[in-house]
Amino acid sequence: MRWPWTRRRRGPGQPEDITCREIVEIVNDYVEGALSPDEREAVELHLNLCDGCTDYLEQLRLSIALTGELPADALSPALEEELCIAFRSFNRP
Amino acid sequence: MLRVAMMYVSTRAVAEEVVQEAWLGVFAGLDRFEGRSSLKTWVFRILTNTAKTRGEREGRSVPFSSLTGDDQEDEGAVDADRFLGPDHRWAGHWASSPRNPRDVPEERLLAGEARERIAAAVEALPDNQRAVITLRDIDGFDAEDACEILGISEGNQRVLLHRARAKVRATLEGYLDAEATA
Repeated sequence: MRWPWTRRRRGPGQPEDITCREIVEIVNDYVEGALSPDEREAVELHLNLCDGCTDYLEQLRLSIALTGELPADALSPALEEELCIAFRSFNRP
Repeated sequence: MLRVAMMYVSTRAVAEEVVQEAWLGVFAGLDRFEGRSSLKTWVFRILTNTAKTRGEREGRSVPFSSLTGDDQEDEGAVDADRFLGPDHRWAGHWASSPRNPRDVPEERLLAGEARERIAAAVEALPDNQRAVITLRDIDGFDAEDACEILGISEGNQRVLLHRARAKVRATLEGYLDAEATA
């Protein structure tokens, strides 16, 4: 996908071509490594000059890390027990 | 697994049955596992297939049947009024910048309340966004595996993940702001 601001870019060092409002819509793709090299470079240029977007990115990364701390859902003990019995019966030689 | 199953069926009780049925399918089919994906991905793929079949029997619409499922959602990742308006010289730049998360000590972030807020934010997401963020950020699957498990395209996965993470971040921001000024 081409983002409108990559077409507007006139050369390196002009991060004003991307607005912060546009950055927040693509910064997750940046985190995901899903941007083209040009887009990636443009985002990095903007981040180097913009504290607001740098803090936004930090918040996003922290949010991802904290989501990763949530426990995976657990099965009820009764279901777990039933499944263990089923597993053993399937594995009987 | 329950969170993913819940996306396709109506109640937690049915989701538990789906998980059980899926595991029985896994045990019965283990000999046929060819190792083309990881075992974990294969197990989740069986889970979503089982849940889909069960959901269809219940007459429930399948959440990923349309391209993104929630295409109508056009609000941005951040409220528009956080940015300078079109008449401003710096239109589209921050009017009120996000706070640096280091303003709040790490031990407070790891305490119960931050965790509860984040858990609640994940629970409140639309089904398809919740499924993607659960697989990616809680269960630890990569993008490719998440696409395979849910049967969605790479682009669709990215849009759903972007929306889900943006909402959870907004919740975290509310918490950070309250804590930093407390």
